[in-house]
Amino acid sequence: MNILMLGWELPPHNSGGLGVACFHMSKALALAGSSIDFVLPYSAHHPGAEFMRIHAATHLEPLHRNGMGAYDSAGEIVDALHRKPGEGLSTIRDVQARYVDFVDDLVQTKQPDAIHAHDWLTIEAGIRAKEITGAPLIVHVHATEFDRAGEHYGNPLVHEIEEQGLLMADRIIAVSNITKGLIVHRYGIPAEKVEVVHNAFDASLIEPHNYDTATYRYLEFLKSEGYTVAATITRFTVQKGLTHMMKAAARACERYDKLVFLFAGDGEQRDELLRMSADLGISDKVFFTGFIRGQRWRDAYTVADIFVMSSVSEPFGLTALEAAHHDNALIISKQSGVGEVLSSIFRYDFWDTDRLADQLIAVATSPALKSELTNNVKREYARLSWDDVAAKCLEMYHAIVRDKAAAR
Amino acid sequence: MKKGITLYLHVHQPWRIRDYSVFDTASRHEYFDDESESERNNRLVFEKVAEKSYRPMNRVLQQLLDTQPEFKFSLSITGTFIEQAMAYAPDVLDDFKRLVASGRVEIVGETYNHSLAFFYSRLEFERQVALHRDLIRSTFGVETTSFRNTELAYNDELARWADESGYKTILAEGWDPILEWRSPNNVYRPARTESVRLLTKNYRLSDDIAFRFGNKAWQDWPLSTDKYMHWLDASLEHGEIINLFMDYETFGEHQWEDTGIFDFFQQLVNDWSSRDDRAFYTVTETAESFEPVGELSMPHTVTWADNERDLTAWLGNSMQQEALRYLYGLENDIVRSGDLKLIADWRNLQTSDHVYYMCTKWFNDGDVHAYFSPYDSPYDAFLYFMNALRDVRYRLMAYHSSSLGGF
Repeated sequence: MNILMLGWELPPHNSGGLGVACFHMSKALALAGSSIDFVLPYSAHHPGAEFMRIHAATHLEPLHRNGMGAYDSAGEIVDALHRKPGEGLSTIRDVQARYVDFVDDLVQTKQPDAIHAHDWLTIEAGIRAKEITGAPLIVHVHATEFDRAGEHYGNPLVHEIEEQGLLMADRIIAVSNITKGLIVHRYGIPAEKVEVVHNAFDASLIEPHNYDTATYRYLEFLKSEGYTVAATITRFTVQKGLTHMMKAAARACERYDKLVFLFAGDGEQRDELLRMSADLGISDKVFFTGFIRGQRWRDAYTVADIFVMSSVSEPFGLTALEAAHHDNALIISKQSGVGEVLSSIFRYDFWDTDRLADQLIAVATSPALKSELTNNVKREYARLSWDDVAAKCLEMYHAIVRDKAAAR
Repeated sequence: MKKGITLYLHVHQPWRIRDYSVFDTASRHEYFDDESESERNNRLVFEKVAEKSYRPMNRVLQQLLDTQPEFKFSLSITGTFIEQAMAYAPDVLDDFKRLVASGRVEIVGETYNHSLAFFYSRLEFERQVALHRDLIRSTFGVETTSFRNTELAYNDELARWADESGYKTILAEGWDPILEWRSPNNVYRPARTESVRLLTKNYRLSDDIAFRFGNKAWQDWPLSTDKYMHWLDASLEHGEIINLFMDYETFGEHQWEDTGIFDFFQQLVNDWSSRDDRAFYTVTETAESFEPVGELSMPHTVTWADNERDLTAWLGNSMQQEALRYLYGLENDIVRSGDLKLIADWRNLQTSDHVYYMCTKWFNDGDVHAYFSPYDSPYDAFLYFMNALRDVRYRLMAYHSSSLGGF
């Protein structure tokens, strides 16, 4: 089966889970015998992706460096002005237009059996490819504009593109029931058109990591004094619900003072969070790393005892599984999709700061509880496999092709 | 007594904190050694200011002392400045020593570290004042008889402390809501004190030089010596002395050489000296030469900063309050550690500039340029400060392993 895969990023040039999911899903599909053409909006080397043909729609460098990444809030994206001399690609809309043209050319000579488009960024190209080739279009929703905008409405143009894509799609894949709910209720798509395929996690694909105790030496020192480190490793945007988490941190510290909080990452809310930590009187218990990559990023998972995913709206949340892999106890908001595939975790409503505070203290004060959570959750994510994800996709492609043939 | 000018210049450089991250905490115990091209590189900043201000202004001051026997003035020089001058530009310190050796330059006492310790710990405050007194004695061979608190932060309690400590005079802002109908051009007796005298800054005439001199949008630009002398005379119709208090760095750094600030100053001193009915006084001489016209009370702290003349530029937001609360919370354990380097680092974190860099007041009035900072934002300043403070705590653990509050 020939699959035209329309994506926006792949590791190592990814800004988040979208690239990771696309990579593993494609790899599993290739192993199952599919031939994949993967289109990207930028040009770069992707080591380890030789199992498919990667096409670069532009000569741009990886986009997230220019504020045009898959996860930047849409209000900024559409207006982003980073003009490359001679390229004429100053906004994300320019890049998308070029991407559509590229796909248009590509399908003139190459007939796919299925078109698999990931998120609003590539939906227009998916629609064009379907118009030209008549091949079935699968729209894979990793995040909607409602997710990216947090508690706000988001960009109406992006909503329109998403809606159009959802209507034009032959089938829709949602990464969680939360996302499926959004697609059905907020975009008015019939539920039977949407299938939930949770992301997977393959611990064997995680590179072995040599933890360096010197990276977070001070935190290691606090741990040796009996402190518990609760971490969030994320982008500091409204979507992530971090202000609620900060309030919960303060509530927890009122009751139990051997807790510290690692806020790893960066984003538009950093200053607000810093200010909040001082307003709440816990600034000596909150550590900010700034933007981190590589060793420091990986070490953040290891130094942490508890991983908190506080998102207001998180379609899936692969990072929680990475944290579990690094022996973290997980506390996940009920608004995060990853919680649907795990049982040995604490869940709370993102706004319920008292409940989160309670859960934090519970884990911090009970070694038994902590080890139960961390050990059991490993068994749960071990069941999740990208091969299963690929199998579900293939089944879906075949079913659509069958249905189309029958309809003729 | 002749009516006159009390010129007092404040000389200071803080030890700016490098971009000290959580990854440095507990592994790298140097906070003030930025080697990059940034504004946090203390050496670069000092060398720049030395070239633009300290060297040329000291030349002007020395030349005036040499040619005008009546010329006198006062300086306050912080311990952190003297440390940096010794490290980065010993010639600048030698120039200051030469000025003081004339016998006509008074050094005003203050805290060694340019701190706000008075408002947090009387004991630590007194230690820093003593350290400064010793440093001034060993560096310049003189005793301090007058006092100014960091940022001219003054209240009745400080005056009583200075009185009991034997100071002859203390400096404060001549702020209208306090002075009301009174003139800043007189000597006052601080409320409930015996012998100390209070000099109040004539902020209008001081700020004409310190803030407005080079401002082309100012209605009185360019300011000529004649015009300014006329203002001084007019002001002296009430009172006896004009207290011109300002940062030393006004000359050459805040007001660049091309504004004509050096020529203006030189001519002002020459013209004032040439008059038989006018004089220059050091701050202690002023206090001893004129009788106090009355008592002045400032129950609430007054500073020389902003339109509010209060401490909000340093203690106005929660980050600033937290930072200092944690910092001073360590006092007892730090001091009893006996670790001189640790104590010195802790004291250098007390320098008021650190919390000033965390000021967010300008977010309200939109005047981004009102507050100079070597950091990209007040939040960065807070972050690096807190990381350094945590490292101080970490080092402290070597001495008192489990008895510390917090961590």
